[in-house]
Amino acid sequence: MCGIAGILSLDNHKEIKRELLEDMVLIQAHRGPDEFGLFMDEGIGLSHARLSIIDLSTGGQPMADTSEKIWCVFNGEIYNYVELKPELERRGYQFNTTSDTEVLINQFIEKGPDSFNTLNGQFAAAFWDCRSKRLTLVRDRLGIRPLYYTVADGQLIFASEIKSILLHPAVDRKIDKRALDEIFTLWSVLPPKTVFEGIYEIPPGCYLTVEDGDVRVNKYWEPEFPENGGEDNRTLSALVDELKDLLIDSTKIRLRADVPVGAYLSGGIDSSAITAFVKNYTPNSLNTFSVTFEDKNYDERTHQLELADYLGTEHKTINCSYKSIAEMFPEVIWHTEKPILRTAPTPLMLLSGLVRDNNIKVVLTGEGADEFLGGYDIFKEAKIRRFWAVNPDSEWRPRLLERLYPWLKMSPSRTKFYLQTFYRPGIDNPEIPQFSHIPRWSTTSKIKMFYNDSMRKGLADFNPVSDFIESLPAGFDRWSYLGKAQFIEIQTLLSAYLLSSQGDRVAAANSIEGRYPFLDHRIVEFASKIPPKYKIRGLVEKYILREVVRGLIPENLRKRIKRPYMAPDAVSFLSMDHPEYIDKYFSNDFITKSELFKPLPVEKLKEKLSGLPSERIGFKDNMSFVGILSTMIFMDRFILNFSKFSSDKIEKWRSKGIKFQVRGENEHRRKHSTAYN
Amino acid sequence: MSIEESIRQHIIDNFLLGESSRLASDRVSFLDTGIIDSTGVLELVMFVEETFGIKIEDDELLPENLDSVENLADFIRRKQGVQQPTK
Repeated sequence: MCGIAGILSLDNHKEIKRELLEDMVLIQAHRGPDEFGLFMDEGIGLSHARLSIIDLSTGGQPMADTSEKIWCVFNGEIYNYVELKPELERRGYQFNTTSDTEVLINQFIEKGPDSFNTLNGQFAAAFWDCRSKRLTLVRDRLGIRPLYYTVADGQLIFASEIKSILLHPAVDRKIDKRALDEIFTLWSVLPPKTVFEGIYEIPPGCYLTVEDGDVRVNKYWEPEFPENGGEDNRTLSALVDELKDLLIDSTKIRLRADVPVGAYLSGGIDSSAITAFVKNYTPNSLNTFSVTFEDKNYDERTHQLELADYLGTEHKTINCSYKSIAEMFPEVIWHTEKPILRTAPTPLMLLSGLVRDNNIKVVLTGEGADEFLGGYDIFKEAKIRRFWAVNPDSEWRPRLLERLYPWLKMSPSRTKFYLQTFYRPGIDNPEIPQFSHIPRWSTTSKIKMFYNDSMRKGLADFNPVSDFIESLPAGFDRWSYLGKAQFIEIQTLLSAYLLSSQGDRVAAANSIEGRYPFLDHRIVEFASKIPPKYKIRGLVEKYILREVVRGLIPENLRKRIKRPYMAPDAVSFLSMDHPEYIDKYFSNDFITKSELFKPLPVEKLKEKLSGLPSERIGFKDNMSFVGILSTMIFMDRFILNFSKFSSDKIEKWRSKGIKFQVRGENEHRRKHSTAYN
Repeated sequence: MSIEESIRQHIIDNFLLGESSRLASDRVSFLDTGIIDSTGVLELVMFVEETFGIKIEDDELLPENLDSVENLADFIRRKQGVQQPTK
């Protein structure tokens, strides 16, 4: 993990201030506290905060190729640099370092933007071509590593985190109400939008180029699924073998590092699989890390310990209480840089702290298996609702949802009411693109009852769902029901929330880098071709993965039904000794000042939930509470009082006596002395 | 794979979690022996529709159609309009 930042003058008139470039990485110094570097030339400035993982001694950045034609700042890893380098050497490229960064640069010189599809990794990078004066920014296929930009006052400003861009004096900090409305519908803001008006994210699988002041964004990769579920001519066992080989290789190349690599263990099958691959197919000894919960409703320690024991890992745990969630949550929002509807990222920030305390910088983690191999309840829910749609008047068919959601087993009349109200919408037309996500999105949208009048008016002509549907790729209509649901989940949840708010941000907060074997693009592309029936067999999710790990993990864990990862939500903040900030953020004063929600219903919500045990607080109330709270923290830290919060953070790092290494100075001087001669 | 074998395999994998001994014969009642509960029947129906390409109506959700490997296979064949077991 590293942090990058940069400023490009689009009209060559504005001076770029060194102190600003420094501050722009210092505010995200948590991403890479090991080394700091700068590159400045006419009209361009790049800065970098480094977390040293590969080539500890000479891998510092900004870095250039040996001829100093291309300068680069880079956050992430190119795992196949070992394989790419010999070919580049054959073609005459020279290397000063043993880093993956230098391979990335030379591969870019060799192939330009076509190089991005040759990279196996997680990356956000900027390339400055000194001769053609062209800037290229790129982000990995699924957006594992972040990258944002804006144009203000004749300059293009970019960085790994938005807070860094906000430091620029010409950048406005204005909340984009449409983005907020997307969160309160789809659970996330869809790129290129961010919660800030005028600040954009480079979407996953895209690159941006700037040449002669002209800014363009192009896509080089996007997930896709075969028509109608795809080829079905391969046997299950052939598919299992290929998936297993890919996963073993993907895990192996993700162990490439000059520092020890650990792994998260959640108790589920995905992280168990990765840990088992490391154990069985590599010589590495392994440190594993888990969160346990004081509230037994969320705790998975029995399964975590069983697996750690079985595989003989060095296992460490950290226990998460309501209090620890409440204490850490405001800081979590500082890192997510947007409102969220769940507290779930918080325990993961606690966990990355534990990893850091054990002097480990890199962890393998299981994200992606649920999206690409069909693990989520929402996929099974879609399958059952399609089963219902075969005969929409059936009294029986919808009751299969009880298998998925045991809480639906109430009195016959109440069950019927719930099924008809929440799961029936869309049943008459199962081919509409958003079919799988209708129940989730309509439940989530209930939060909008808290919007005040101006918010409501401002959003009168905005519909996040129809905007999203319009953005779907050509051919989407011909994919299988599961392919469609997977694509929507990848776009709205994986890239925009899990890998960001619940991934990169809460790991980087403690200078930890997550690596994701299931997100290797070879696996992603292979998995999309696996027929739906091998992903969800009957109602058994991730069936094919269960076959892959047969014999590698204990049978009871292999057969376990997935339990969604969740953390205690509203209850964490409303138990007996709740933090003071709750009263402040839910006060009539603060809610009114933030100009988004109606103060009275917000206060009532807090009163209603105070003192209730976690099992008595419903889905909708939990989301409303956490959504409103996180929005208020966000308003406080990013809109109303940003200068205070940001200068505290920068000062904290400056006071450690950080020195920036200025790179490329010799070349700069040489160029100018030539000019004067 | 015959219809019977395919059903048997599904029952063993999904309801018996591998303990095939509980399915002593193709005539064992799924409901009487507790192999399948009421929503399990629906899970089975979903599997049958997906695998054999037939549609089952509410009024066909009867023990004589669905309650054993033999009953279910006969039912599927009737729905498919096939007289002889397919191999």
